[in-house]
Amino acid sequence: MRLPCPICGERDIREFYYQGADVALNRPAPDAGEQAWQDYVFLRDNQPGEHRDLWQHESGCGAWIVVSRNTVTHLVSGAVLATDIKRTQA
Amino acid sequence: MAKLTLKTPMDSMAPMTIGTVTLSEIDLGPMTSISPYKGQGKALSAALKAAHGMAMPAANRATGRAEARAIWFGREQCILAGIDANTGLAVHAALTDQSDGWTVVQLQGAGAANVLARLTPLDLRPAIFKRGHTARTDLMHMASSITRTSDDTFMIMVFRSMAGTLLHDLQSAMEGVASRG
Repeated sequence: MRLPCPICGERDIREFYYQGADVALNRPAPDAGEQAWQDYVFLRDNQPGEHRDLWQHESGCGAWIVVSRNTVTHLVSGAVLATDIKRTQA
Repeated sequence: MAKLTLKTPMDSMAPMTIGTVTLSEIDLGPMTSISPYKGQGKALSAALKAAHGMAMPAANRATGRAEARAIWFGREQCILAGIDANTGLAVHAALTDQSDGWTVVQLQGAGAANVLARLTPLDLRPAIFKRGHTARTDLMHMASSITRTSDDTFMIMVFRSMAGTLLHDLQSAMEGVASRG
């Protein structure tokens, strides 16, 4: 499996560290309440199909990226820098 | 007072040739990592150009020559090697002395890419990884920096503490490639 790093181009998966669903980019406010935090920490939809995951290009440029991939077809359809997503959200 | 002797990571090893490939240690001299402060990328690049004649290298590129190089070293980071970094750069970037922190070797000769291909997942084909290209990558699970300095020459950097492992891995790969003739 190869992942398209937005900085380095397509690289082998051995260079990357997998963190999990990109839910970590949407951290609730400290006072959001127990339910919001419960959902954030424990609940994942985990449906087959399109997933967006956080990966770090650990032994490459070091950037955190969000990779879109399909768990049914195994197609990796793209990747963007996590910082770019946060900037758009801000 | 004790008299200290300067030792290179490979302890000044003699160049080693196996088959058509030669491994030798390089002493890059002073090395400084340069990381621009937020929003200071352009100003830093201009200051670097004014001070040392090299702009901040683009991602996955190295600029300069053997005596002084600017090597991209990760996201918004580069290594200035061969010359002392101008202290004026500190206005725009965090400067950290990395001299003696890295093992630097050169792999040269026909088949050098074949040797490296046994150790790293990086795409080393000449049309993809050209002269002046550099990459941070895996080299037998070691964090490394690989730069193509000419058609058949690569500069390889790993942490200083990994010198012995690097030598072992490169030597086995060189022997493997040579044995295939």
